[in-house]
Amino acid sequence: MTVTSITKDPRSLSMTLTAELAATPDRVWQLWADPRQLERWWGPPTYPATVTSHDLRVGGKVEYHMTGPEGDQPKGYWIIDEVEPPHRLVFHDGFANEDGTPNEQMPSNEARVSIQEIGDGRTRMLIESIFPTTEALEQMLAMGMEEGLRQAVGQIDAILGEGAVA
Amino acid sequence: MQVMPNYDGMFGALADATRRDIVRRAIDAQEGVAQIASHYPMSFAAVQKHVAILERAGLVSKHRIGRRKVVRTNLEGLRVARRLLDQYEELWRGRIDRMSELITNRQE
Repeated sequence: MTVTSITKDPRSLSMTLTAELAATPDRVWQLWADPRQLERWWGPPTYPATVTSHDLRVGGKVEYHMTGPEGDQPKGYWIIDEVEPPHRLVFHDGFANEDGTPNEQMPSNEARVSIQEIGDGRTRMLIESIFPTTEALEQMLAMGMEEGLRQAVGQIDAILGEGAVA
Repeated sequence: MQVMPNYDGMFGALADATRRDIVRRAIDAQEGVAQIASHYPMSFAAVQKHVAILERAGLVSKHRIGRRKVVRTNLEGLRVARRLLDQYEELWRGRIDRMSELITNRQE
């Protein structure tokens, strides 16, 4: 299992994911810094990502769209806040309108990526997601990445079981 | 990126334990808001507010049975939420898996 931990802190409205990868920090950095590699992991197989612009400098923008099974193409963007190859990347990830401009109605979240060598040719990657409001955090909770929501999921299952309506 | 943002209200509604409990009770569609409120150590107004949030999220609706108005759970809505929750849960794990795969392939 490459994901070694997923935790969240409700007070700072943040979630932290730690993963260990069998590669050097330089190699892991390429996953973020090379748009052709980024688009091979960012979107799930059913919603592959296409990166249309990629400027990994402070203030720079990464623009992408995903392509769904029905041909739908939701658009997203990153705004780069900090960049320090191959160890650190901080950006805001948000939804974009049809014309590529940021969709202000949707909350964006801040992502902090930290990449550190841990020896034996292995690298630890830390991804911290920080949400601006409780509502946005609730969305994150809804993403099912932490225990509270796992319980909620279990409860929904229980509800559906009791419902017994097909 | 979070996919399918239209379900925000639904997830927010389900993030609260009291509201999940109301959703469970309302499956039988036997009780009105006042009766539901009697199960909780909080004011009628507070429970009414919870029901309103669930209603807006499409998780429950009110139906007239004779002279009474009962709260009924929308099971199809719950199923949709459940499927999306699974999807979200897998999103980042899937990304990390794909990263590992890319790294392994390039090294060979």
